[in-house]
Amino acid sequence: MNLLQALLACDAVLLALSVVAVSAARRGGAGTFVYGVALALSVAQLAAAAAALIGRAAPVGLTLPIGLPWVGANFRLDALAAFFAVVVNLGGAAASLYGIGYGRHEREPGRALPFFPAFLAGMNLVLIADDAYTFLVSWEFMSLASWALVMVHHREAGNRRAGFIYIVMASFGTLSLLLAFGLLAGPSGGYAFDAMRAATPSASVAGLALALALAGAGSKAGLAPLHVWLPLAHPAAPSHVSALMSGVMTKVAVYAFIRIVFDLDGPPDWRWSAPILALGAATALLGVLHALMQTDIKRVLAYSTIENIGLIFVAIGLALAFKASGLAGAAALAMTAALFHSLNHALFKSLLFFGAGAVQTATGERRMGRLGGLLNRMPATGFFMLVGCAAISALPPLNGFVSEWLMLQAILLGPQFPQWTLKLLTPAVGAAVALTAALAAACFVRAFGIPFLGRPRSDEAAKAHDVDRFSLAAMAALALLCLAAGVFPGVVIDTLKPVALAVTGAAMPLQAKIPWLSIAPIAESRSSYNGLLVFLFIAASGAMAASAIHRFASDALRRAPAWDCGFPDSSPATQYTAESFSQPIRRVFGGFVFRGRERLDMPAPGETRPAVYDLTLRDPVWDGLYTPLGELVGTIATRLNRLQFLTIRQYLSVVFAALVALLLVLAAWP
Amino acid sequence: MTNLAVDLVFQFLQMTLVIGLAPLLTGLVRVVKARLLRRRGPPLLQPYRDLARLARKEAIVADSASWLFRMAPYLVFAATWVAAALIPTFATGLLFSWSADLIAIVALLGSARFFLALAGLDVGTSFGGLGASREAMFASLAEPAMIVIVFSLALIAGSTQLSTVAAAMTSGVGLRVTLGMALIALVIVAVAENGRIPVDNPATHLELTMVHEAMILEYSGRHLAVIELASMLKLLLYVSLIICVFAPWGIAIADAGIGDRLAGAALYVAKLGVAGVLLGAFETSIAKMRVFRAPNFIGAALMLGFLGALLLFVSRTLK
Repeated sequence: MNLLQALLACDAVLLALSVVAVSAARRGGAGTFVYGVALALSVAQLAAAAAALIGRAAPVGLTLPIGLPWVGANFRLDALAAFFAVVVNLGGAAASLYGIGYGRHEREPGRALPFFPAFLAGMNLVLIADDAYTFLVSWEFMSLASWALVMVHHREAGNRRAGFIYIVMASFGTLSLLLAFGLLAGPSGGYAFDAMRAATPSASVAGLALALALAGAGSKAGLAPLHVWLPLAHPAAPSHVSALMSGVMTKVAVYAFIRIVFDLDGPPDWRWSAPILALGAATALLGVLHALMQTDIKRVLAYSTIENIGLIFVAIGLALAFKASGLAGAAALAMTAALFHSLNHALFKSLLFFGAGAVQTATGERRMGRLGGLLNRMPATGFFMLVGCAAISALPPLNGFVSEWLMLQAILLGPQFPQWTLKLLTPAVGAAVALTAALAAACFVRAFGIPFLGRPRSDEAAKAHDVDRFSLAAMAALALLCLAAGVFPGVVIDTLKPVALAVTGAAMPLQAKIPWLSIAPIAESRSSYNGLLVFLFIAASGAMAASAIHRFASDALRRAPAWDCGFPDSSPATQYTAESFSQPIRRVFGGFVFRGRERLDMPAPGETRPAVYDLTLRDPVWDGLYTPLGELVGTIATRLNRLQFLTIRQYLSVVFAALVALLLVLAAWP
Repeated sequence: MTNLAVDLVFQFLQMTLVIGLAPLLTGLVRVVKARLLRRRGPPLLQPYRDLARLARKEAIVADSASWLFRMAPYLVFAATWVAAALIPTFATGLLFSWSADLIAIVALLGSARFFLALAGLDVGTSFGGLGASREAMFASLAEPAMIVIVFSLALIAGSTQLSTVAAAMTSGVGLRVTLGMALIALVIVAVAENGRIPVDNPATHLELTMVHEAMILEYSGRHLAVIELASMLKLLLYVSLIICVFAPWGIAIADAGIGDRLAGAALYVAKLGVAGVLLGAFETSIAKMRVFRAPNFIGAALMLGFLGALLLFVSRTLK
């Protein structure tokens, strides 16, 4: 049995598990069974995919006699699919482990259990699909399973709307991909990916396919302006599913984009990269600014996913531009940065959603304004969350820094572009990436500081305590991986080598040869970074300073009430809240991005009514695109409504007119 | 005596030099400011005494504080110290200079700020939150400004390694518009990041004007000493960075002899003195801005740095 067959067998078992779960859901211990088996299968798939990636296995294919009669269901495992299978199953294994503990708090486990293994199987099948039909069926399977998971808590206000918007956007995305594959398959209908690879589409067809792939994969990944469903749907799902959707499913969309654009769509044109770069940078900035304004902790994380997807698309756009300009080495660097960031984001975003889920289990709250002081009450969760927040804020020596560093190194190769558009666009994108990184750090100071530090703002927060062992184990594993990927980045880069080679035709220099485990993307004289040494230096100098001071100066410590410039016993309500923390940034950026309005109604002295502070923020994408679109659809529907109340004569004339019109079109067709 | 041992000694000297000189630079700026205001001012060595006195005192920690509050000073100090140890002060080609480039140095300072802001939020008082929130706003503009300045320097020198940048600057790159813009932007970032006038006032404890001081309001004793030392180190770091990039004359290049290195060290101390006097004079001659004027000031640095980088992107290719 080769590795591809092993993966398919695991997916078949996952699908069977989801059928079993339907009947077993009501029994006690069903959750442990389903999540336990899903964990085992994810680990098995992770091992198979990692073996294929590390062993540099040659691509293997397989055709099953199901699906379209003359195509069959084609599957193929190559380096790109293997890498994303590692990401998906790593997230899947962590989510399953977390689910064993977290799922016990679910009131209606029967609503989640059957769909969870199906969701995992759907994502895995997308990665190994090798024809358009299998790909789209798996893609829809993944979308619908995740939609069902979003609707698990359908009785909560807002979740039904989230589900509705999600399914509309998911349908739109699948439609775009369907059309993209239709264009690539050409008039002869070569739906197998092999046939698409062999064919060279004309420039206009390839460009159109790219735009459709950008819309299809971008809407699933959360690329602006197609991101609107994401911050609604991801937080609505149970937290381990949120982690899968945010950390993993968006990566499946990234995979789909890379597969179509770099593998199936023929030789790239540099003009394609400009919209990808611009959209990526805009997505990153918009995502992080939104994340800074949110007060629901899971929604902060969802918007931060949009930001990270923007960064990944920036790197993909750079890789495309470099590849089209014949700079294969630079393309490999940018692509490695994109893939590395995909892995990193899967790690820390899953970790953060697990932490948010733990907070929700412990307190029943997601609003940051009702939390506070959780680090004292949930020390383990708090510590893992801190690691996740530091990693996503791109702080050395953790993993988020390495991928952003690689991204900046790729941007610094921008002057090599022969095209003026790209020469001008690259520094702007670079500045946007830098701004995004800085704002992300502010965002996660807030996302960690408000709920976990300070004093409890509600009784629930004051009574919280740490969650079960399974949840903590899942968080600990991911936190450890965040540190490992940050301290040994060379290992990750070398593992990504076959993927970069397959996608861009070149690879970064072998990092294992560089002494002391440093990484150097181009040459050591140009730039190098050593995560291990930075980590050791920080640990050593911090420990040295602490021990020296404790040894030679003073180690006495006294607990006392907070000083607070002499104000005694202030209420916990006087602490900075999530809203007040972001107020300065809101004043700097919010005015023109969100058209933010603050209104303060302060009663005169002597009046007894309460003061009112009112803050309104508008979402430019909703205002500019979706609200008018919704109104347009509504207006047209109202107009067309008349068609339902015609007489039979009128219906017949309408049918006749339509027939004549179609015949005319056919006659006029060249 | 192998070459490695010499390099190790010089790396160690560099680390002790920055930590030894940092309080002196702060003391010098204070003396200059006091003299310009026709006050007598504290003695030059007062910061050393303050640090020693604080370190000897018992630390008072608020009841609501978590372990992070006690860990943060050491983390902030360690990250700043590692960053400062990687900046070539009197000699380039430090033993460990390849372990982090200029982007990593900026990010290390970002780590220090991240933990300091968290420490500000930890006790749960309004002042800590105020400081952390304003610091986050300043940093959200100053850090990207720093990165685009790094873009400019990296494109001129063909490397993001600070040693290579300094070597390229000594070998003479001529006068460039980009360099001028980068210098102005870097000075603005340095002023903002170190909480100097006009962005923040290091001498104030007036609640409405403070940012950095508000974050560390709850600290006392040895924790405060460590944080103060870290912020002195940060000031020295930025001044050294400006010196190393824009006034690298006399810096000892990679395999220079011991005599050259000592001369380089003496020259470096002299340059620090000049920079300290200039900073003191600058701070005295200008008034502090309102908090919400500061984003325009730092935003100007971002724009200048960006324009400089843009000029380079369109005008040259990298080697």
